[in-house]
Amino acid sequence: MSRLGPLFDTLRAQNRRALIPYLVAGDPDEALTVPLMHSLVAAGADIIEVGVPFSDPMSEGPTIQKGHERALEGGTSLLSTLALVKQFRETNSETPLVLMGYANPLERKGYAAVADACAEAGIDGLITVDLPPEEVADMNTELQRRNIDNIFLISPTTSDERIVTITAQASGFIYYVALKGVTGAGHLDTDAVEAHLATIREHTDLPVAVGFGIKDANTAATVAGCADAVVVGSALVDLVAKDLIAGGSHDSAISGAQSLISSIRNGVNLATSN
Amino acid sequence: MTIDINPDLYAQVPDEHGRYGIYGGKFVAETLMSALAELEALYNHLKDDPVFLREFDLDLAHYVGRPSPLYEAARWSDMIGGARIYLKREDLNHTGAHKVNNTIGQALLAKYMGKKRVIAETGAGQHGVASATVAARLGLECHVFMGAEDVKRQSLNVYRMKLLGAQVVPVTSGSKTLKDAMNEALRDWVTNVDNTFYIIGTVAGPHPYPMLVRDFQSVIGREARAQSLAMTGKLPDALVACVGGGSNAIGLFHPFLSDNEVAMYGVEAGGKGVETGEHAAPLSAGIPGVLHGNRTYLMQDENGQIMHTHSVSAGLDYPGVGPEHSWLKDIGRVNYVDATDTEALAAFHRVTRIEGIMPALETAHALAYAEKLAAEMTPDQHIIVNLSGRGDKDILTVAEIDGIDLGAS
Repeated sequence: MSRLGPLFDTLRAQNRRALIPYLVAGDPDEALTVPLMHSLVAAGADIIEVGVPFSDPMSEGPTIQKGHERALEGGTSLLSTLALVKQFRETNSETPLVLMGYANPLERKGYAAVADACAEAGIDGLITVDLPPEEVADMNTELQRRNIDNIFLISPTTSDERIVTITAQASGFIYYVALKGVTGAGHLDTDAVEAHLATIREHTDLPVAVGFGIKDANTAATVAGCADAVVVGSALVDLVAKDLIAGGSHDSAISGAQSLISSIRNGVNLATSN
Repeated sequence: MTIDINPDLYAQVPDEHGRYGIYGGKFVAETLMSALAELEALYNHLKDDPVFLREFDLDLAHYVGRPSPLYEAARWSDMIGGARIYLKREDLNHTGAHKVNNTIGQALLAKYMGKKRVIAETGAGQHGVASATVAARLGLECHVFMGAEDVKRQSLNVYRMKLLGAQVVPVTSGSKTLKDAMNEALRDWVTNVDNTFYIIGTVAGPHPYPMLVRDFQSVIGREARAQSLAMTGKLPDALVACVGGGSNAIGLFHPFLSDNEVAMYGVEAGGKGVETGEHAAPLSAGIPGVLHGNRTYLMQDENGQIMHTHSVSAGLDYPGVGPEHSWLKDIGRVNYVDATDTEALAAFHRVTRIEGIMPALETAHALAYAEKLAAEMTPDQHIIVNLSGRGDKDILTVAEIDGIDLGAS
């Protein structure tokens, strides 16, 4: 059973917004991933989005692309990502985990086998960037059988008609891509985000998370004013990378990530404190 | 070989979902779905519109120089002593390759959509040059994404694009070749989708691209079919074309698909030999998967990561292939074979010396296989090879391989 629905019910009852950090599994090596995940939870993460490394991550900006490349150099795959998730679950059975990745690694292993492995590892939802509603039916069937949420992306270019189609198939939450562009781009227009979210909410009661372009406490606070959840990806991946390139240890990468996530947590909380 | 396939089958692909059997589709991020829908609606409207088709035909006639000749390579055929070989001279097109047929068509679509900015990916640089050319002619801003590795080995084409006013963007991610250039072009398109038309250079990418590129390139096969009947009184016994993404091959093959007596051979880049793993032959040695918006045969590892490819020709150095080729392979209509770097280079030299026609290294793969095929056939039979491009762009590569210092650097 997915942990996403109950979590959002609780948060709504408390008038809180969820904070969702994104990391690439195995970036820069597999030893960092599980300790980093635990530290993100300690710093205030409600859900963790775990990126599955792929050789051709078409929707990622340079920062996350490099994260994928570092993880692939270390040999991280879909299956080893799920092994890391299992390891995380040994001491955390509460925090919802969402896999974010691309279709081909799923196709290669077979949708049913992937859904089985996700259920076994304790995954709550899947976001597959290049499986739009037109192509996702077979995967979705497998996920639904195992009570794993399929999380759809909605973008600034999605028509009202498509919003209806997408929300009819979606569960868990909706992921609103805040800008036309790749991850980590810098041109977030919060007024436009607010307007689009209002349109989406006309068609669904599902929680709406907003990602792409949220870098710090300020942008997070603004977005949390209208969203149910805020996703932070490139800023975290960049910080981990910089620290390690500068010769930092895993410990300093973890403490850097914790202070970033704590500060964004405060930003998110500000949105609902008055 | 005998083929027994219902000829009506070919008119039924792609279906309304852009599928060729299990292949094709629209595997892209949500942000691009509305742009694809808009393009599909426009193209479905224009493809039978006499005004649009007349504009396309006039451009092909007066700007590209069509029809391209069908030429009997008499000395080469005599040397081989088997089937007669005819060359479909796409190398004589403006800009030197078949690529321009498609860029003319897509530039017209961009014009109808009112887009002022076009982007393209390129491997050998032929599609980049063809895109920069139509952009210059229509006064459009043009950005061409090209793998950093290819920028090095195709420096002549890089300079041609710059002369034409295009901005060439070297791509340094991944394997720094065509596949990475396509990733980067898709990223640009996601960012600038409102004002930008993406001119995809081959029969790959998300629907409707494989369909519309096929339709624009099919002028090759329509002409070749009529020319064959006029010159020899019959259809060819076999067709041969090189396959990277596969646009020149589908352009030649498509109008002949219902002619069951015409055998077809798509020649992939065998690189250092398919058995070495260092090649670019997904139809010969790949597995179906999803990349760049479509499901097709791919070179990938057991984890679904796309593998690095190798070919002496930048234009064939791609781990995927157009989805219609994957389908044609599975139903057995087209035979997919390969030619190695060494075989292609030998054919490059041979055809240059015997016929006075210097082929592109991509095309040389088709010529290498055609030579083997013709030798097994008889002089009363004939083969049409798509001479998809000319080799001027490759002379620095060939000189380097042959150990000749041109003193250029």
